[in-house]
Amino acid sequence: MSQSEGKTTSAAHPGNRSYLTVWGALVLLTALTVTMASLDLGALAIAAVLTIAAVKSSLVLFYFMHLRYERRLLIRLLMPIVLATLAIFIGLTYTDILYR
Amino acid sequence: MSDTHASTGASPESLRFQEERGKVGMWLFICTEVLLFGGLFLLYSVYRYKHHVDFHAASSDLSRFAGTLNTIVLITSSLTAALAVHALGEGAVDRAKLFLRVTILFGLTFLVVKSFEWGAKFEHGLYPNAPVLLGMPKGQILFFGLYFSMTGLHAVHVIVGMSIFGWVLGHLGSTVTPSKPVVLENATLFWHLVDVIWIFLFPLFYLIS
Repeated sequence: MSQSEGKTTSAAHPGNRSYLTVWGALVLLTALTVTMASLDLGALAIAAVLTIAAVKSSLVLFYFMHLRYERRLLIRLLMPIVLATLAIFIGLTYTDILYR
Repeated sequence: MSDTHASTGASPESLRFQEERGKVGMWLFICTEVLLFGGLFLLYSVYRYKHHVDFHAASSDLSRFAGTLNTIVLITSSLTAALAVHALGEGAVDRAKLFLRVTILFGLTFLVVKSFEWGAKFEHGLYPNAPVLLGMPKGQILFFGLYFSMTGLHAVHVIVGMSIFGWVLGHLGSTVTPSKPVVLENATLFWHLVDVIWIFLFPLFYLIS
């Protein structure tokens, strides 16, 4: 049903079912990150936690916020630009803290 | 729908331009919000790097259950917000209103859980500048300072998001219609942003003990 719907509306927006799928994935990833926190992963824990958070926020951005279906170049570019800016801030701060 | 075009006297092209402008403006605002919270997350990461033992100890004082519950609540509220936009796109104004009301209720649930959580902290003498808190190691003071300011600023965003939804609810079907959905879409974008911020706040504060 959702497939034919996607075709008729020229894939402008996802259907109800894909929203539910994304929601299910978000809940599963939440369960995963809570379960992993109770295991002792040591130094890997922070990397795992941030990876899961990044995947979850990408799901929200691409599907709930429709970035995946966005055709306007300006809007598509904004998030990468702001994340690159943030990466520069973080990188410069840490070069200061680690090598002072 | 078409009569509202006629009554404002705006051509479809100029309406489309207005919508484009509104969308781009909203995304620019979202970028400033990402930078605002990004700065706070950077502060968090530097203090955590310097006081990681204290951070782990302080995190065990937070209720993992309340944090997880609120994560599920907020994720579900994002789903109902997205469904409201979808419903309006299909022309189902009443269904959009229903989903919007449900979203506001989820936001309220989030705040109620949060207030119980903060209340429990206050009872244990954990609030900014509290004598008990000031007697703790430096890193734990910093952890709770960041906890209260970051989840507090996030809660302010939840309140703002709910207020905007309440306002949109009053305009759904009159000035916010299936052919002019951009106000609802932008309000929903803000709500999803609040969800994204919580997705990072939750593991970094509640899951590091």
